Amino acid sequence: MNFNEIKDLLTDKFGQGVISAIEPMGLQPALLINPELIVQVCEELRDNNKTWFDFLSCLSGVDHGPEKNKFEIVYHLASIPHKLQLVLKTIKEHDRNSETLPSFHTVSGVWRTAEWHEREAFDLLGIHFEGHPDLRRILLPDDWEGYPLRKDYLAAEEYKGIKIN
Amino acid sequence: MQVNKTRYAQLTEGLKPEEMLINMGPQHPSTHGVLRLELITDGEIVKEVIPHMGYLHRCFEKHCESLTYQQIIPFVDRMDYLASMNNDHAFVMGVERMMGIDKDIPKRVEYIRVLVCELNRISSHLIAIGIYGIDIGAFTPFLWCFRDREHIMNMLEWASGSRMLYNYIWVGGLFYDLPVGFEERCTEFIAYFKPKLSELNQLLTDNQIFIGRTAGIGVLPLDVAINYGCSGPMLRGSGLKWDLRRVDEYSVYPELEFDIPVGRGEMGKTGDCWDRYKIRTDEIAESIRIIEQCLERLQKELKRSPEFDPRAKLPKKIIPKEQDFYIRAENPKGELGYYFICDGKTEIPKRVKARAPSFNNLSVLPEISRGVLIADLVAILGSIDIVLGEVDR
Repeated sequence: MNFNEIKDLLTDKFGQGVISAIEPMGLQPALLINPELIVQVCEELRDNNKTWFDFLSCLSGVDHGPEKNKFEIVYHLASIPHKLQLVLKTIKEHDRNSETLPSFHTVSGVWRTAEWHEREAFDLLGIHFEGHPDLRRILLPDDWEGYPLRKDYLAAEEYKGIKIN
Repeated sequence: MQVNKTRYAQLTEGLKPEEMLINMGPQHPSTHGVLRLELITDGEIVKEVIPHMGYLHRCFEKHCESLTYQQIIPFVDRMDYLASMNNDHAFVMGVERMMGIDKDIPKRVEYIRVLVCELNRISSHLIAIGIYGIDIGAFTPFLWCFRDREHIMNMLEWASGSRMLYNYIWVGGLFYDLPVGFEERCTEFIAYFKPKLSELNQLLTDNQIFIGRTAGIGVLPLDVAINYGCSGPMLRGSGLKWDLRRVDEYSVYPELEFDIPVGRGEMGKTGDCWDRYKIRTDEIAESIRIIEQCLERLQKELKRSPEFDPRAKLPKKIIPKEQDFYIRAENPKGELGYYFICDGKTEIPKRVKARAPSFNNLSVLPEISRGVLIADLVAILGSIDIVLGEVDR
């Protein structure tokens, strides 16, 4: 199956609203998926015998900076039986100065790989995953303040009396 | 924000009277670095394992946002510090594809890259096997593996100037051509090493004590392995023929002959610790085959010449077009991936995310070590072959 066939498969199943845009830039085109439908889309892509995307290679959180105020999750899927690769993206606008964190649905129920990758995105970018079974910091200490991979992050002066420079 | 209790809170609160919480690590020798495992035990039985990482977190991804592509390569070395060449190769391939220069790389450069990567793969697997022996209680394999690994490190030091963190493969070429006499010395090493490998097999592979400690322990079913994103020897140990060198056919691997060993459950069940160990020894033999083919070509049709300049194709400025790109390659530990986002204006990437094989391989540990003995947990952890530099990045 090629990229366009996968796109048609998804629009046939979920309607036109599922794919909000296509990013044809560069070597790997990506499908921009409606954030509300991402779990169903992933389940369909995993279980459909034409695609069988059974392997989640990578899940990355992206912060687009304070001007755009957008947060993005990028899913790199791989299909072992069909030797395919696919990129899915979901994007949400979020005011970074508000009290809440940007929130996406978790796909850890589809691929368990996502569990630790989502914890990493939560840890470093401050993205909340709804329905995640174990959303804690993974690389930084539990009492760390702030989310270092955000573009507007300022390094703390000190951590527990230890100077940071 | 969080309404529901995390799984961690559910597990660690309200232990039963017979249960005990034990910390294994961060300085425990069998954790191969600074990994802390929180164990909920009932006597000698491990009921639950909770890994805690981050002791070696060095902000790799944050650093990448302020460095040029060429400057990132030394940082990439320090991720899986036992297989720096392979890390470099994957990273450099990704940047070259984004630049569109991956087809212009001279053949000799590509063959040298594969040669040093496979040498590095052998040395990484030698560590995995040697340390695994020590985890199980066999001291001799450790010394023998390190003795042979020293030869590889000396050779790579000769080529790159550094013992472990090479920074040898550059975007568009190499740091230098191989030193004069490298091919001959490498041929000598292969002749020396082949009998040593069968000696090593006699020490561990057919050792009844070793088989007793590893066969049938930590069985990883294939569906669980795929669902958790395991790759490399972990996935192949569970019986799936999946090697990105063959699947993606990158670099000059399509021109080389080698087999992909898979686990068959010879001693116990498919996907047990012994299978994962055996995959590594078999892969060393396959890497030797690749090295022999590379050496033959490097000494014949791709012979060194005074005109050959490994830096001839180096781009003056590395500014890929605006795009994002995910590259994956087969590291000794599994699928190593880099996800780049470039803005098309600067030499500095907007974001680089590393998908480390050890990170994903480690995530399956709690799943396959429920209900095992504490001593077996050490055997399982050793068979995963993690490098904490890569888990924590």
